[in-house]
Amino acid sequence: MSDAAHLAIEVTGLRKRYGGNEAVAGVDLSVSAGEVLAFLGPNGAGKTTTVEILEGLRSRTSGHVRVLGTDPAEATAAWRERLGVVLQGAKHEGDFTASEIVTMWSAYYRSPRRVADVLELVGLRDAARTRTRRLSGGQQQRLAVALALVGDPELIFLDEPTTGFDPAARREAWETIAGLRSLGVTVMLTTHYMDEADQLADRIVVISRGHIVADGTAAELARHAAIPTRVSWDAAELRRDQLPERLRELLAAPAASGPADPPEVSAGVEARPTIATGDVDGVVRELLAAADAAGTRLDSLAVRPPTLEDTYLALTGDGS
Amino acid sequence: MNRLAQLRSEARFNLLGFRRSPAATFFTVVLPIIFLVIFTSIFGNEIISSTGARVATVYVPGILALALVSANFMNAAIVTVIRRENGVLKAMRATPLPPWVYVGGQLAASLVLTAFMTALVIGIGWLGYSVEVQPGAVPSLLITLGVGAAAFSALGLAITCVCPSEQAAPAITNMCVLPLYFVSDVFIPSEGAPRWMVVIGDIFPIKHLAHALGNTFDPFSEGIPMPVSRWLIIAAWGVFGVLVTLRWFRWTPRG
Repeated sequence: MSDAAHLAIEVTGLRKRYGGNEAVAGVDLSVSAGEVLAFLGPNGAGKTTTVEILEGLRSRTSGHVRVLGTDPAEATAAWRERLGVVLQGAKHEGDFTASEIVTMWSAYYRSPRRVADVLELVGLRDAARTRTRRLSGGQQQRLAVALALVGDPELIFLDEPTTGFDPAARREAWETIAGLRSLGVTVMLTTHYMDEADQLADRIVVISRGHIVADGTAAELARHAAIPTRVSWDAAELRRDQLPERLRELLAAPAASGPADPPEVSAGVEARPTIATGDVDGVVRELLAAADAAGTRLDSLAVRPPTLEDTYLALTGDGS
Repeated sequence: MNRLAQLRSEARFNLLGFRRSPAATFFTVVLPIIFLVIFTSIFGNEIISSTGARVATVYVPGILALALVSANFMNAAIVTVIRRENGVLKAMRATPLPPWVYVGGQLAASLVLTAFMTALVIGIGWLGYSVEVQPGAVPSLLITLGVGAAAFSALGLAITCVCPSEQAAPAITNMCVLPLYFVSDVFIPSEGAPRWMVVIGDIFPIKHLAHALGNTFDPFSEGIPMPVSRWLIIAAWGVFGVLVTLRWFRWTPRG
């Protein structure tokens, strides 16, 4: 079998121009069947535009696009049967109950799932008879997922499923999305939260200003971004003048915080010398040796690898 | 599901939404009845010397026209704008439901509402004001209701193209129909009104609707009424509504 047969989504050279502005500037993307992919990027990076082109809701300027083997620009009802779409912030009729809305939408499909099953799947069984205007933000989002699931799709698009949520609602939505994995559906979710992408997805594709800037697991993205790990300790335990020459230079380089005065008298961050390095092992060994030589202990030693946020900011260029 | 079942389901949920919306229920069901009672009370229900018929013979069809406009034009417009602005129409676009089934479901719901209001207004007119449907006029009544419901539903979809927001929809739709009621023999007879008012009434479809319905109740009309020219004018407005909708209708929020 060819590779294409396993691909739920296949995109090459996708472009979308609005006047003089190119919102999507040559995107290549492939998503395998059964994969959970996070499409990550800051607001205005071209995420929603790309996804709406894939959903057949928006036209494209150029490029090759196949979603479940079909060009979305020639969307048919049969193709839409196989697709589930959760748009950003759609609000359903507040006077209907959750169960009524799912029933109404189940009529749109040839062989829908049972309404009770869908509500169970997204954890809304107890809210089935609640008017949707009284559902919490997290519950409303679950309802939106229920509507995307009711047609028993092979592929689901989720556009920013947790934007504007409080932590509890976010956790709820994450559980629901994680549950989709067990159904074996392919999921493409857009988000501007790196932790969300890391938490939910097998693979992360990062888009910035209309271009794909990285593609891989969270760990691979961190390596790709090549952000140094930060090694720090309390100046009270090991002073600058007790360090070997090489470490002193490393210390001076990134740190405008490197104190010229004796560290004992400086306060705050300056009381915590920090070395940013790609060679964690070497730096730590030298630090421990220096502590040995000075006859002190380095109980305060901390090694902080780059966070997801550091990686994200470095990749999307938002940190600069 | 097959298309017929889909249509039925859409119509059923449209009617459910209508029943649960206090504003829609008040303006479409309660208000026309209040108008009917108020106008016939103010102007009495005497025999008008010039026509020989009772005053209510004019008000029953007028109020029926108002109820039809409300059940079709106002409802279609307001519900559609609310759904559009909340992203529901856009989400529907991503399902296999064909747009014509969506529109058909809404039209079917409006027809049910129109039938209900017709029965209610005719019932009150008959019991309260001795206004009777002339048996020979029943075909004319049914054709007028059908043409009117379709045309005003189409105009309801068309007017959404100029409604920028959920809040604007009730204001814009009322702005279209309220002044017309006054020049269309719905609230007051246009007899003796200035020429320009008569002309405006003649251009727009509400007056033709009121008069086409009026034939149904006129005890002195001879033979079987067939107000063909009025039907054609109403239908022409409906076609205009369809064309505007096809050209400018949006599924995505404007706000």
